[in-house]
Amino acid sequence: MIQFSNYDIISNLLFATQWTILLSLAAFVGGTSVALALTAARLTRNSLVQKCVHLYVELFQGTPLLMQMFLCFFGLSMLGYEISAWSAAILSLTLFTSAFLVEIWRGCIDTLPKGQWEASRCLGLSFLQTLRFIILPQAIRVALAPTVGFSVQVVKGTALASIIGFVELTKVGTMLNNATFEPFKVFALVALIYFALCYPLSLYSKHLEKKFHVSR
Amino acid sequence: MLHFSDLFQYTDVFLSGLLTTVELTLLTTILGIALGTCCAAIRQYGHTVSQRLVAVYVELIRNTPFIVQLFFIFFGLPAIGLKLTPWQASMIALTINLGAYSTEIIRAGLSSIPKGQIEAAKVLGMNFRQTLTRVIFTPAFEKIYPALTSQCIIVMLGSAVISQISVEDLTYAANLVQSRNFRAFESYLVTALLYLVLAIALRFIFNQIGKRLFAYREVR
Amino acid sequence: MSLVNLHQVHKYYGDNHVLKGIDLDIQAGEVVSIIGKSGSGKSTLLRCINGLEEYQQGGITLDGKEVTTEDIQVRCLALSVGMIFQNFNLFPHMTVGENIMLAPTIVLKKSKAEAAAVAKAMLEKVGLAEKFDSYPEKLSGGQQQRVAIARALAMSPKVLLCDEITSALDPELVGEVLKVLEQLAQEGMTLILVTHEMNFARDVGNRVVFMHQGKVWEEGDSKQLLSSPQTDELKQFIGAVL
Repeated sequence: MIQFSNYDIISNLLFATQWTILLSLAAFVGGTSVALALTAARLTRNSLVQKCVHLYVELFQGTPLLMQMFLCFFGLSMLGYEISAWSAAILSLTLFTSAFLVEIWRGCIDTLPKGQWEASRCLGLSFLQTLRFIILPQAIRVALAPTVGFSVQVVKGTALASIIGFVELTKVGTMLNNATFEPFKVFALVALIYFALCYPLSLYSKHLEKKFHVSR
Repeated sequence: MLHFSDLFQYTDVFLSGLLTTVELTLLTTILGIALGTCCAAIRQYGHTVSQRLVAVYVELIRNTPFIVQLFFIFFGLPAIGLKLTPWQASMIALTINLGAYSTEIIRAGLSSIPKGQIEAAKVLGMNFRQTLTRVIFTPAFEKIYPALTSQCIIVMLGSAVISQISVEDLTYAANLVQSRNFRAFESYLVTALLYLVLAIALRFIFNQIGKRLFAYREVR
Repeated sequence: MSLVNLHQVHKYYGDNHVLKGIDLDIQAGEVVSIIGKSGSGKSTLLRCINGLEEYQQGGITLDGKEVTTEDIQVRCLALSVGMIFQNFNLFPHMTVGENIMLAPTIVLKKSKAEAAAVAKAMLEKVGLAEKFDSYPEKLSGGQQQRVAIARALAMSPKVLLCDEITSALDPELVGEVLKVLEQLAQEGMTLILVTHEMNFARDVGNRVVFMHQGKVWEEGDSKQLLSSPQTDELKQFIGAVL
C-alpha cells in the first residue's frame, strides 16, 4: 500500500477541486442559458408555454437531483445514448439549475409593480421595448443576489456527480478515505474546501442584497 | 423500448424504500425544525458568544454539500469513537442540515415581528418566555411557513443521498431493482415519479396543517 | 404622596442628551398632557416612566417604588402602569377577547372565566362589547385603539400612559378614542399623555407640560397655560399647531 502524507492528501484534493470548479461553472453557465430562454418564453404570456415551463419547474424541483443524474447517466445509456459521467453531470445540473433559476427570476420580475408595465404601455413602448428598457434593468438588480446565492447550491450539487463516478472533490475524498483509512481528516478537509468555495459566494450574495436594499 | 411491466414484481421493494424515506423525512422535519427554532431564538435574542456559535454552525452546514456532511458523520465520527448505524447517521445528518437552514428561515420570521409587539407584551407584564411563545412565535411562523415547508421538501429530496451509506430508502430500492432486472431507466423514472408524488403530497399536507395552525386568517 | 415622581432625570442616547434633568410630580387622578415638537423628548420621557427606556441619572418613583429597567421591575410595573401605543400593537393572531385576556391569565394568573368577565366589562366600557370574537385586522383604527385601551385597563393599572395614541388614526376616528379617555378621566384614572390634541389637553386635562430641547420648558394649569403662554417657544408652538 502507498503511504499518503498530509501533503499528498491535500494536493490530491486540491487537484480534484479544479474539476469541481469546472463542473460548477459549466452547470451554472448552462443553467443560466436555459433559464434565460425559459424566462423569455414565459414572458410571452402564451398560456400553453407558461404551463409547460411550470411543469418543467415542478418536475425538476420536485425530484431529487441524484435521480435526475441517474436518469441522465444510466438511463440514457440504457436507451442507447452513450453518455460520459461528465456530460451526464453537466446535463442534469443544467436542468436542475435552470428550473430553480427560472422560478427565482419569476419572483424577481413579479415584484416589480404592475404600474411599470402600464406606464410603459401608456408611453407607447412595445412589449420588447418595455422589457429591454424598463423591466430587465430593474429585475436584474433584484435578481443578482438570489442568483449568486443559488450558485452555492450548484457548487454543492456537483458533489453528487461523484456517485455516478465523475472524479471531482467528493469522489477523490472517498478514494483517499479508502486508501488512508483516515475518514475524519479526509472528509473534514473536503468539507473545508467546499466551504472555501461556497462561503465567499454566500457572503457576496449577502453583500449584494444589502447593497440593493440600501440603494432602494 | 421501455418495459415498465418488469417492475411490478418489485412493488414491495419500492414500498419499503418509500416507507423508510417517509419515516426519516417526518422524523427529521420535527427534529430539524425544533433545532432550528432553538438556534434561531439564540441567534436573535441570545448572548454574543452563543450567537456566534450558532452563526458558525449555520454557515458551515449551508456552505458544504450534504453528502460530505453525511460521509463525515458516518465515516468520520467513528474514527473519534462515535459509532453510528447508517440509519442513525442519516437521521443526524438530515436533522443537522435542516436545522441550519430552518435557523436562518425562522430567524427571518422572528426579526419580522415589529418591536412594538414585544414592548406591548412587556408593558402588560409578560416575561421573555411568555412573550416568545404567546406573542412572537405564531405570527413569526406564519410569515415563514411557506419557506420553511419548502425547505423540508428540499431536505426530503436531498435524502436520496443516504442510499450511498446503504440506508434502504427509495433510491436504494431503485438501485437494487435496476441491478436485478437491468432496467435502469424504468426503475429510476418510476422512482423519480414516486419522489415527485411524495413532494406533492407533503406540500399538500403542510398546507393543510398550515391552514389549521393559522386558522385565524381564514375567519376574517 | 405623589403617584409619579421624577427627580432630575437625565437620558442619553450615546452622545445625544435627550432628557436634561426632568422634574415632574403627578398626583393620583391627574390628567397630564405632555406637548412639544417632535424630538423634544416627550415620548422618551413617557417610556422612561414605565421602564421601556433606561435613564442615566436622577430617579423616577412610582407609588413610592423606584423605576428601573430590570426586567423583573418592568413586570412589577406592569401591574400598576398601563401603556397605549401610537400603532396599537394588538396581537394579530388573537381575537380581541384573547388579546385582553392574555395578560390577566398568564401574568396575574386569573382563571379563564374571571379574565373573560373582566375583558367583557372593559370592552363594554370602550363601547366594543360585540367585538369580543373579532380579529384586530377586521377593526378600524379607532376600534383597535379602543381595544388596546381595554387591554391595558384589564390589568387595573393605577396610571395609564398614552403615547400619541391618536396620531396614527384618520381624523374622523380620533373623536371616539378621545371620548373613551375623557370618560376614564372623569372616573378618576390618572392619565399621562403625549399628545397633539390641544383641545383635549385644554378641556379634559388638568395640567400641561411643554417640553423643549429635552427640558420641561413650561408647565401649569392647562387652561391657563394654553391661553396665556409665558415663553416665546410655547407661544410659537401653540401658534403652529392651532
